[in-house]
Order: sequence, then C-alpha cells, then structure tokens
Amino acid sequence: MSTAIVGSAAFAEAGDPGAALREAARRARRRRTGLLWLCRVLVPVVVLGSWQWLTEIGVVDKFFFGQPSGVWQSLVDLFTQGTAFGSIWTNLGVTVTEAVYGFLLGMASGIVLGLLLGQNRFLSDVLSPYIKLLNSIPRIILGSIFIVAFGLGTFPKMLLAAVLVFFIVFFNAFQGVREVDPNLVANVKVLGASPMQVARHVTIPSALTWIIASLHTAFGFAIIGALVAEVLGAQHGIGLIITQAQGQFDMDTVFASMLLVGVVTLIAEFVLSLVERRLLSWRPPSRSESQPT
Amino acid sequence: MAETTPNPTGPGTGARIEITGLTKRFLTPKGEPFTAIQDVTFTVQPGEFVAIVGPTGCGKSTTLGQVSGLDRPSAGSVTVGGRPVDGVTAGVSFMFQADALFPWKTVLGNVMIGPSLHGMSKRSAVELARAWLRRVGLAGFEDRYPHQLSGGMRKRVSMAAALINEPRILLMDEPFGALDVQTKAIMQTELLSLWDQLRPSVLFITHDLDEAVALADRVLIMTSGPGTIKRSFAIDLPRPRGEVQEIRHEAHFLELENEIWATLKDEVERAYAQTASAA
Ligand SMILES: Nc1ncnc2c1ncn2[C@@H]1O[C@H](COP(=O)(O)OP(=O)(O)O)[C@@H](O)[C@H]1O
Ligand SMILES: [Mg+2]
Repeated sequence: MSTAIVGSAAFAEAGDPGAALREAARRARRRRTGLLWLCRVLVPVVVLGSWQWLTEIGVVDKFFFGQPSGVWQSLVDLFTQGTAFGSIWTNLGVTVTEAVYGFLLGMASGIVLGLLLGQNRFLSDVLSPYIKLLNSIPRIILGSIFIVAFGLGTFPKMLLAAVLVFFIVFFNAFQGVREVDPNLVANVKVLGASPMQVARHVTIPSALTWIIASLHTAFGFAIIGALVAEVLGAQHGIGLIITQAQGQFDMDTVFASMLLVGVVTLIAEFVLSLVERRLLSWRPPSRSESQPT
Repeated sequence: MAETTPNPTGPGTGARIEITGLTKRFLTPKGEPFTAIQDVTFTVQPGEFVAIVGPTGCGKSTTLGQVSGLDRPSAGSVTVGGRPVDGVTAGVSFMFQADALFPWKTVLGNVMIGPSLHGMSKRSAVELARAWLRRVGLAGFEDRYPHQLSGGMRKRVSMAAALINEPRILLMDEPFGALDVQTKAIMQTELLSLWDQLRPSVLFITHDLDEAVALADRVLIMTSGPGTIKRSFAIDLPRPRGEVQEIRHEAHFLELENEIWATLKDEVERAYAQTASAA
C-alpha cells in the first residue's frame, strides 16, 4: 500500500524520489546473488574434494568408484587421444544428432496427435486403449526391436529417442487441449469463429503452454533414448564408449562420458529456456512484482 | 457467418429478441431428466435494456445460452430480429462474469479478435481497437497483458471486445459480479453511456437488484425450480441516468426497488428452502 503511494508520487513529480527505493532493492538483490553463487560453488568443492580425499586414503576403492583426478585425466585423454571408435567429437556428434532428430520427430508427432485427439473425443475414445497399451511397453524392449530391425546405424537410436519424447509431449498436448477455458471457447464462438479459428486462436495457444513446459523433460528423455539404444548396440556414440569402458572397469571414463552428456543436456536446457521465455512472455512472473495500478 | 460486417443493419439498431415457451432439460449424472427452465416467454424490444434477476441456480445462464445459440433448447424457440436462432447468430456479443480474455494476447490483441474473426484487415482492426480502447479509457495500455491489469481494467477490455463489433444484441451474464462496489458503479455508468451511443438490445443477468433497477428499462423476476419468468417491472427512471451511484438515492429508485424486492424475497427464500431441504 505505502509503496504504491510512494511510487505514484514519484511518477507525478517525474523526478526520482523512487531512486532510493530502487537502489535498496538492487542492493538486496546483489547481496542475495553473491551468497547464492558462493554456496553454489561450495557444493561441488565439498563433494569432489571429499570424493578425491576418500579414494586417496583408501576408504573408498577408486577401482570401483573412480576418482575426480582420474576422471579429469580421462576427459583429457578423450579429447586428445580420441577413442577406439573415432574422435570424441565424432561420437558426441553422433549421440547429439540422434537425440536432436529423435526429439524433433517425437515432438512433432506428439503435438500433432495430441492436438488431434484432444479435440476429437470420438477419435480419442477409439485410440486411447491402444495408446495406453503402447505406453505400457517397457521402452528398452522397443530399443532391442529397433536395433534388430534397423541395424546398428543411427536410425534406431533416433527412433527410440522419438518414442520416449512422443509420449511425454503427446500427453501434455492432449491434456492442454482438454484444459482449455470453456469461457474462452464460448466467447470466440459467439464472435463467429469457425472450428478452425477456435483451434487457431484458443485451443492451440492454450495447449502450447503445456507442450512447452514438457519440452525440458522431453529433451532429457531424448538423450536417454539415444544412449540406451547405443548401449544396446552401436558403432559410434557416447553410449558405446560407456559400455566399452564399463567392460574394462574403467570407471573414470564412464564418469567422464557422463559429464559430457550432462553438459550437452545443460546447453539444451538453456536453449529451451530461451525459447520458453520468448513464447510464454505473456505469463505472469511466478513471484509477482508489485504493480501499482 | 456469411456477412463480413457483424451488424448488417448498421449501428444504432438493436434487434428484437422473442423468446417463446423456452424449455431446457438436462440429464443429471444419474440419468434422470432435470428441467432447468420451463416455458420462459418474454420479448426484448429493439434497443431495450432488460435485466433478469433471480436466485442462483434458477436458470438465468441457461436462458442466455439458448439466446446466444451456443446451446439448443429442448422446446420453444428464440428469434433474433425475426430469424429463429439456430446456432450462433451474427451480431451477438456476450460478456461473462469470468474474464474471457486471452491471457496470451495483449490488450490490443484481445480487443481486435472480433473484427479479425470477421475478416477485417489487420491494419483497420488495429485502428478500430485503438479507438475502442480510448473509448473505454484504456489508451496507453495496448501492449499490456491481461494479468498486468486490475479487475476493473480487465472488464473494460472485455467491454471493448464485446462492443467493437457493434452488436445488435449484447448478452451479459453477471458481468460485474466479481468487482468491488466502487469499480462496479463506475463500470455500470460506463456501460450505460456506451449503450446509449450504440443502442444494442441488452439482456443483462444479475443477482443484484440494485444493479438491475439502476441500469434496465425493464426488470424480469425469474423463479427457481424450474426457472420461469414470474413478473416484469417497468423501470420508468428517466434517461440518460447519469451516475449510477447518485440515482441510487433517489426516492423513486428506492420505491421501485422496494416493490420488486417484495416479489423477489419470496423467491429467494423459496429457492433457499429448496436447496436446504435437498442437502
Ligand atoms: N450442463 C448442465 N447439465 C446439467 N445441469 C445443468 C447444466 N447447466 C446448468 N444446469 C443446472 O440448471 C440449473 C440452472 O443453472 P444456471 O442457468 O447456471 O443458473 P443461474 O445462472 O441462474 O445461476 C442449475 O440447477 C444447474 O445445476
Ligand atoms: Mg449463472
């Protein structure tokens, strides 16, 4: 209440008595950010430090659990000496390509089918038992089938990634359509909207929030799909490097590969957040900033 | 849908609404028929402002649903401008109690939606929407999103969005029900002045008798279980009525209100007794 009065008085005078208020807010924010980053840096220092120390003194066996310095060495080796299956960049490229194509394919089919079935009750009643059935199949078995059917190339990996992504995006798109505000639909119908216009102006934008929210999780699953399929049988890829290292009890390389995959996922997350922020800019901020009216 | 102009007869001409023997039955979840409204009959003259008042659940929204063409009656008929309502009718605008604004569209985008749906070019739609936003006192807010507005401002946007098509008929279902008293009075005054300029026929639903008497030419009292029109009261307060907050204290206003309240009170009590015994 009092901030609103101070704020409007500031506008009325067109000077800045509000500057002090803004300055205080900025200082508080900076203090919090500083503390936040300090703690963020401390977490890995403590975790990695104790891991290194415990394996060093032998409480934990580095043969089974690896060691941070060993992981670092493996990383360096991976980039300088490459792997038995070509350079690390080739392998990383293969895995990322499989994941990205699988992601795009799964996303596109999930969105199209979700929107379609969400809007057509009859079609969804016809197909829903089969979708439930497909969804209940353990995906790893699908991976085996794809590899037997399509060989050791990149296609079956992409397909498994797509299947994992599909179900997540599909269910979100479907639910998004079902949760459309009936008032909004009634409103545009009264204004004379055709069914296509209802879909374009109401159903799809409203389902989009659900779909976009699901894409974060979905990309993680695309990576998992690609990796699992590579573990099941491949000629290139991070999954192959991991199985090979596992066979040689080379835990450091397993951890190093894991780290690489983590970095890829983080980059994808970042890109997706940018897309999300751009597409959902109309949404209220989660912690609403005071907005005197 | 065939017309590109929403109001072929041009502004300033509301259409007559004739409702005859309108009955609507629903199936309850148990599968039994439930009569929400029965034999509702009344006429709204072109350009007339009619308010329907009745206890909650008596079938006011159901009646409006049949008039808008969003729903089909079980029996009886509705005609708008002489044409029977069969599906959504051109030239009708609807204002709901809940905000029916697109949260992902800006204020301007929300107001533009009506003309755009009717195939108006984007540039003219923008121009028209800007003019309407000035008219409802929201110039300068074109680029805001609905969540950045107060409840009263959101109502103004809804009002601009409903009136931009210059409807022959304006259907309002408790549009100001969620507003605080002061904002409500301001919005009512504004609605009256806009209605005076455009003169659509208005069917205004409310449970607030005060509001009904202040705004309408005629107040219909609806009874519950099943809903039907019990009585009609002509409101002969002079127009233009000016500030809604001021006419409330006039002697004739209070007289009319007391007279209608005597009828309404029985209905409210009866409806309450029904729900209490059902529970
Ligand atoms: N789609 C529906 N299915 C079943 N019953 C309904 C439906 N819509 C409304 N009703 C019932 O019809 C009655 C009238 O509802 P409504 O027109 O919304 O009342 P009001 O707007 O006057 O408060 C209520 O008892 C309500 O439960
Ligand atoms: Mg209602």
